[in-house]
Amino acid sequence: MTDFWKRYQRNRGAVIGLIILLAVVLVAVLAPVLFPQSPWKMVQRPFLPPFAMERFPLGTDTLGRNVLAGLAHGAQVSLLVGLISTLVSLVIGIPIGALAGYFGGWVDDALMRFTEFFQTVPNFALAIVLVAIFEPSVQSIVGAIAIVSWPPVARLVRGEVLSLRSREYVEAAILSGQTNATIIWRQILPNTLSPIIVLASLMVATAILLESSLSFLGLGDPNLMSWGYMIGAARTVIRQAWWLSFFPGLAIVLTVLALNLIGEGLNDALNPRLSRKGK
Amino acid sequence: MLKKLSLLAATFIVATGTALADPVSGGRANAVIQPEPPSLMLGLVQNGPTQMVAGNLYESLLRYGPDLEPLPQLAKSWEISEDGLTYTFHLYDNVKWHDGKPFSAEDVVFSADVFLRETHPRLRQSLKYVESITAPDANTVVFKLNEPFGPFIGIFEVGTMPMIPKHIYEGTDYKANPANNTPIGTGPFKFVEWTKGSHILLTKNEDYYIDGLPYLDEIYWHIIPDAASRSVAFETGVVDILPGGSVENFDVPRLTAMENTCVTDKGWEFIGPLSWMWLNNREGPTADKRFRQAVMYAMDREFAKDALWNGLGKVAQSPVSSSTRFFSDDVSQYPYDPDKARALLEEMGYDGTPVRLLPLPYGETWQRWAEAIKQNLEEVGVKVEIVATDVAGWNQKISDWDYDLAFTYLYQYGDPALGVARTYVSSNIAKGSPWNNVEGYENAKVDELFAKAATAVSKEERQALYTEVQQILTDDVPVAWLLELGFPTIYRCNVKDLVTTAIGVNDGFRDAYIEK
Repeated sequence: MTDFWKRYQRNRGAVIGLIILLAVVLVAVLAPVLFPQSPWKMVQRPFLPPFAMERFPLGTDTLGRNVLAGLAHGAQVSLLVGLISTLVSLVIGIPIGALAGYFGGWVDDALMRFTEFFQTVPNFALAIVLVAIFEPSVQSIVGAIAIVSWPPVARLVRGEVLSLRSREYVEAAILSGQTNATIIWRQILPNTLSPIIVLASLMVATAILLESSLSFLGLGDPNLMSWGYMIGAARTVIRQAWWLSFFPGLAIVLTVLALNLIGEGLNDALNPRLSRKGK
Repeated sequence: MLKKLSLLAATFIVATGTALADPVSGGRANAVIQPEPPSLMLGLVQNGPTQMVAGNLYESLLRYGPDLEPLPQLAKSWEISEDGLTYTFHLYDNVKWHDGKPFSAEDVVFSADVFLRETHPRLRQSLKYVESITAPDANTVVFKLNEPFGPFIGIFEVGTMPMIPKHIYEGTDYKANPANNTPIGTGPFKFVEWTKGSHILLTKNEDYYIDGLPYLDEIYWHIIPDAASRSVAFETGVVDILPGGSVENFDVPRLTAMENTCVTDKGWEFIGPLSWMWLNNREGPTADKRFRQAVMYAMDREFAKDALWNGLGKVAQSPVSSSTRFFSDDVSQYPYDPDKARALLEEMGYDGTPVRLLPLPYGETWQRWAEAIKQNLEEVGVKVEIVATDVAGWNQKISDWDYDLAFTYLYQYGDPALGVARTYVSSNIAKGSPWNNVEGYENAKVDELFAKAATAVSKEERQALYTEVQQILTDDVPVAWLLELGFPTIYRCNVKDLVTTAIGVNDGFRDAYIEK
């Protein structure tokens, strides 16, 4: 573990990313304490510019709602959606990839053609269609993001399993009479974990971006304050009130950047042999 | 006394102001039309954008002033018999269609009795009261009714009864007639060309029957599908007239702050758009009258007017819009009073059952409005879930009565019998339409009052009946009235007399002129 941390902290960017992410998580966790009132509450006159009033450092929006409260509560939504949809897509992608890689043959063919079917449809377009069909709600958004994001997981796991499949310890396990399920679960998957973790951290970032894009288009959960919603609602007034789209935009950029930096750091830390020379 | 004097002085200045400004001929009006109309044949299609353009091409017998009093159009004078059963119109005698053929009373009979009876569902409802339409001579038309119908004098508006040329349409398949693409009317402007996706060009009718009118040489309607681009087109001087509803409300303050820019919310008195929330009277908490009254008290409608509608429009006091005939403010009033709302909810024993709120999917303003109302309601303890939906889904859910609260707005057409009764009479409860008595309100007394008021002859009698019905409705709160919507028409201040009637921009640019 200390080894891991040593290798991780060698990547300066990754450490900064981690700090930013921790800060965002902290804000999300503390949001109900810092801003106990609903972020939808109209608290001041509309279009109050930032820094004009101490109580509302980031100003108010088109209806006089506190932008800072919206950002804090939005952090909850963005992180939660990012995390859960990534978990769901892992749950779909890992078994498909593992089965395809382990059994090969027609199972592999069938599963991979199925995966490719999803890969050929543009991600975002499919997500829009799914959310529109099932009516925008936090469940349908998480579901849609998961459904469009699992194919890369499946392909990655398949590749890893394919290469591990012919290792001696796997053949030994087969000879010792272990069942296929045990071999996949106990022998192979633990060894594919590090690339999956790296991929997952990047997927959380993508999921946050997807959720924001959906909300921006008005396909967000109408009962939840999210960053994408804030930007979408501010779009029409961008010339009168720059701060309404700027701050949530900044929040998205920072969070996504942090997750990408962390992903890179994890990659260096988990695959020491792959880590770039000279660092 | 002083006050009176200054008021007098003010009137004097206004009066001389208008008298001094002499209309000048010439120039082109550049206006925006949004969305692009499906057709310009007003006899077949009566939606907003069609009428906005075609109101210049077609005319009816009358127009209506801001107080909805009838004014001459094709009819220079008219009489109504004592018993309210015979309406006689005397037409201008030198009127020509755009193709040069003379217009006569026969065209009126054909339009009302034959053509529009087949193509115009809203007019057909009013024509049920008509026994015969005859033309005793070329310049006289007589409508005989089988029973008195109060709003009848209000149906001679260009969108309700446009005059259709008999010599072109008689005996043809109306919808397939090739003339639909080159509309022929009697209006002050003639059709020149329509390039789809780009523009519609109209030119002055030199043979117009009133000497000197119209003043403008041309009207150029720009078709610009994107809302932001429409605002920019006004800012850069490409267009000079933005009719109501053509830019987002949030852009209005920026545009009206520009130099030489005027704004008016007049010109909607005739259709009187009134917004409200349907409240499902059948089931759930909204079935309880006290809950519905609590909703009225909980809403901060002044705030919505100022924050979302730039202060334009009016807070609705009654189911009848204040610009519609027979409006009464002698009704139960619902100022913003959250405490009263909480008390009512407590009295009924509201148990916190969440209610679903359906916003109107017509853009940002309506979405924000739903969020504001949700917040208003949550502050008095009502749990609200906003249901996101598109136009098709909204229509479907309202028609199937699958909602608790739902935004909408409807037109009133100047008279409660035409545009108000349909929302509250129990005979109008039927699944499948989002425009009828969707809330499921049933009250025999209200049915009876509306029926009586429609066929009462004297104005005083009708007023008394409508006042009573408004009192009952504002006490029962079958729906939650929001605002009398004010759609701003934005234009350069040197465009004069653009909106002169209750039908506004939709009534054509007959009297408009551009000051040099």
